[in-house]
Amino acid sequence: MTDFKTPMARALGLGSAHDGVHHWWSQRMTSAALVPLTILALFPIAGAIGAPREEVLATFADPWNAVVTILFLAVMFKHLHQGLQVVIEDYVHHPGRRIAALTASTFFCGLFGVAGVFAVARIAFGAA
Amino acid sequence: MADVNRGNRPLSPHLQIYRPQLNSAMSIFHRITGVGMTLAAALIVWWLFAAASGPEAFAAADAVLTSWIGLLILFGSTWALVYHFGTGLRHLWMDMGYGYDIKLNDLIGQIILVASGVLTLLIWFLAL
Repeated sequence: MTDFKTPMARALGLGSAHDGVHHWWSQRMTSAALVPLTILALFPIAGAIGAPREEVLATFADPWNAVVTILFLAVMFKHLHQGLQVVIEDYVHHPGRRIAALTASTFFCGLFGVAGVFAVARIAFGAA
Repeated sequence: MADVNRGNRPLSPHLQIYRPQLNSAMSIFHRITGVGMTLAAALIVWWLFAAASGPEAFAAADAVLTSWIGLLILFGSTWALVYHFGTGLRHLWMDMGYGYDIKLNDLIGQIILVASGVLTLLIWFLAL
């Protein structure tokens, strides 16, 4: 089979996802950021689950707990979106289903990421 | 430039050919735990959002999270989180070019498996 593409043109095709190394690198960055953030956010979240509402509100009204939880949620949902994208791209081959799954994952991560950050901010600002 | 038959090269290892090994099994479980934690992420955001919304919404979310099925999901997700954290650290380390010696790789895999169980129990012991 004759392929008239030069090796450079093929390299500029940026691999199977046509996105080059950017996504791979960005996923490593969110992974590395989540190493400290997960540990820090685990304390307020694990401590407050199952507690009465007043205790939950008091936990996230604390500025440090609010900041680490918001950072954790933002980076975690970005990382979840990246991870789901890679899994969908690897296993969902039908183009329509693939686009539907990628879109659904983007909407889910966007909605729940914003909702989580907004909820913690609302509690932290004393509006809840 | 030597450029023979690039189009027919496999994009990823052939699962049908490889004998399952600890490292390949742990790699696929890294993905399974990552996708599986989506449910816990949604539940925890729902719980935070409900806490920010009001007492009735919080009572509903709290009831689901503290039901036996909710606790089972949270417990399983705690293990998934610790496991994914451990294998994720190893992936980052391997991305830097280390840890490919098979004996060392197997040893680290076994440490991750044991430590994920111990740390899961420790988190629940401390959070309760």
